[in-house]
Amino acid sequence: MAVAGLRLDRRVREVGGFALFVLRRVVALVLTVMVGVYLTIVVANMGGQVDELRLIQIRADVSEAVRGDPGIVPAERAELIERQVALEVERLNLDQPFIWRSLDYLRRAMLLDLGRAEQMNSDLGSRQVAAIITERLPATLLLFGTANLLVFAVSIFAALGLSRRYGSGMDRTVVALAPTSAAPGWFYGIFLILVFAFVVPIFPPGGMVTVPPPENPIVYALSVLHHMILPVLAIFVSSIFVSIYSWRTFFLIHSSEDFVEMARAKGLPDRMIENRYILRPTLPPIVTSFLLMLIGLWSGAIILEQVFNWPGLGTLLFQAIGFRDTPVIIGGVVIFAYLLAVTVFLLDFLYALLDPRVRVGPDGGRR
Amino acid sequence: MNPRSTFARIRRYPSAVAGFAIILLLVGVAVYTVVTIPYSQALADWRGGDQWRMNPVNASPVWTNRLFGGNAPPTLTVSSDGAEVESAAFDGGRQVRIPLALDFPHDDFPSELTLLLSVLGTDRPAFVEATWHRPDGTDIRLGAHRIAGDDRIAISQNRALEGRLGQVPHIGLFADDGGRVLQGTHRLTLEAVLFDPNAELRAELVAFGRVHGLAGTDHLRRDLMLALLWGTPVALSFGLLAAVGTTVTTLVIAAAGVWFGGLIDATIQRLTEVTMILPVLPVLVMVGTLYSTSIWLMLGVVIALGIFSASIKMYRAMLLPIRNAPYIEAARAYGASDARIVLRYMIPRILPVLIPAFVTLIPTYVFLEASLAVLGLGDPVLPTWGKILNDAQAQGALYNGFYYWVVAPAVLLMLTGLGFALFGFALDRIFNPRLRSA
Repeated sequence: MAVAGLRLDRRVREVGGFALFVLRRVVALVLTVMVGVYLTIVVANMGGQVDELRLIQIRADVSEAVRGDPGIVPAERAELIERQVALEVERLNLDQPFIWRSLDYLRRAMLLDLGRAEQMNSDLGSRQVAAIITERLPATLLLFGTANLLVFAVSIFAALGLSRRYGSGMDRTVVALAPTSAAPGWFYGIFLILVFAFVVPIFPPGGMVTVPPPENPIVYALSVLHHMILPVLAIFVSSIFVSIYSWRTFFLIHSSEDFVEMARAKGLPDRMIENRYILRPTLPPIVTSFLLMLIGLWSGAIILEQVFNWPGLGTLLFQAIGFRDTPVIIGGVVIFAYLLAVTVFLLDFLYALLDPRVRVGPDGGRR
Repeated sequence: MNPRSTFARIRRYPSAVAGFAIILLLVGVAVYTVVTIPYSQALADWRGGDQWRMNPVNASPVWTNRLFGGNAPPTLTVSSDGAEVESAAFDGGRQVRIPLALDFPHDDFPSELTLLLSVLGTDRPAFVEATWHRPDGTDIRLGAHRIAGDDRIAISQNRALEGRLGQVPHIGLFADDGGRVLQGTHRLTLEAVLFDPNAELRAELVAFGRVHGLAGTDHLRRDLMLALLWGTPVALSFGLLAAVGTTVTTLVIAAAGVWFGGLIDATIQRLTEVTMILPVLPVLVMVGTLYSTSIWLMLGVVIALGIFSASIKMYRAMLLPIRNAPYIEAARAYGASDARIVLRYMIPRILPVLIPAFVTLIPTYVFLEASLAVLGLGDPVLPTWGKILNDAQAQGALYNGFYYWVVAPAVLLMLTGLGFALFGFALDRIFNPRLRSA
């Protein structure tokens, strides 16, 4: 009885410790996202300086509109301008000090209330930042998702194959080619456009579909596919070799572990060694890099999309920055921060569930 | 690790030698550029202006002729200085006749035709009439002009002439009936009346070419060689400074965090997480658009964002086991200060592992600078490779077939990336023995 009680007690303590660990991580991540988003808000508003530009812009726009209206008596103009400026200032909350407004932005951003854009609108005419972003998201996901999945799958399988026969001609070639990944995707994109869109014009130099977009959905999909080939190829070429190289090194280090040597000594078949003794223990880092890759895929999108004229989130963000449309900029960054934070949290949670060493610090005490 | 044996081992890797040779070459170009073209002159020239007026617009490099077997014309000038000027005096003035002979053995048309005239020794305007004699015997009148002082007659923009020829003049004057280039000696005769016996007329016919120099020219007649050369020191120093700035500070911060632990370590960890969720390129674009695109500000932001980067986590993992190493304990026992332990005992220990990563980091920043320039956020005054690419893209270089405009800076960027990456990857295999067996 006493023993069982003790065991239950330990169980409770363990669960409690785990809950505490999860709670701590959640609090830390929320704080992290908050600080990151707040920094973005401050930078995107130039620490409040954008407001002065906005005030000047509003005054200019209103005066022009009022002066252009012949139905207004000149005597009333000044008063009308003042009234309209005041209304506009109130609409944009510009009468409050920046510090309060920035905190208000932060509160709404954290609650995922992205608000309304100031200058931009979605292709359907909506001013909602959420609508603008969701309209562009599929294009980015399609392009970068396809390319990165391709890179990921090909490099894992190629790396496994290479680690099995390292030192071979294939292996040496990949090692020799790894430095080509020093150049980013857009750089290869320029070359690919030069060769395959102009010298040998078999692919379009940019865009997502032909103009005007085809009515037939199958033709539409084929057209998108045709436009996708060059950008996907650019991403693929720029990261495939270094990706194979690093996974190969990773697998090689793992395949010299004692338990793998043991399995080999037992005479187990290669495939079994690969699946059970190499892939299974290395699965957590593989999953981690896969998830981080899925999230991080659009942070480099801004320039590749610009080079290929791809109507995705990167292009949207670039336009938003050009328009100084802070709600859209902040919306983009908030989404990114949230996605990353949620991924990190999920990974932490999974690891903590699977591996007790994570919950316990290196010195043996609880973190 | 003994430096001499390290050097001997590096020599055994052909890729390391190749990479190092490329780096040396680039450094050589950079030093040569900075010495021969002073910074202020490079900036002034790149701003553009009159010093480029004798260059053609969008001319390919000279070597394209050899490469593609063509015979495109370079810029040809014929001056009245060597010509046989006939002169006849009359009461109150002079009548002169200047023949200008232009040998044109090329098989492509000039890109532009301009006549530079200057009347010397008088304030009174001269009256000049020009006639073009083609090798096939036909004569074409180019029209008459009143010239005072220095004047520039853009024959290519003569709309009336274009109407008569049915094509732009620099093509129409040189084309035969089949539209091919009429090779041979074209002559331009200037008949001028000068209203002063002492006055003199000097003329220069410029047939702007289709090729120019080793690098070609851009839409503002600027010689691309200037930007290609000056791009080298800019790219190298940006890459090097950014890499040094981020790795060194990151390393010191990581080591300090590991050594002091507690609150300091926790703060560093949280700051790292904050920077990890900020997308670097969008933040840079934001700073560039809203504040300034000065390369120094960009460098500062890159370093600021790079200090608390994900590599802190990696360094931490490497440094944690070192913290409790016996030699550190010994150092503590003899009373070494915290700073001494961090800087002299902990950091040097993991330095060999980091050198390769540092070398491969340099091209990343070189490309980052180019990326910003391609987005139109390059430094406003400095000539850089990325800005050439940006100009080329803005002017539709690929669409118009000016491939040299894109290829030259791209090849230089690639060379830089490849040089450092080859060297860095080879160093990685030398310094990290675990990879070497592989």
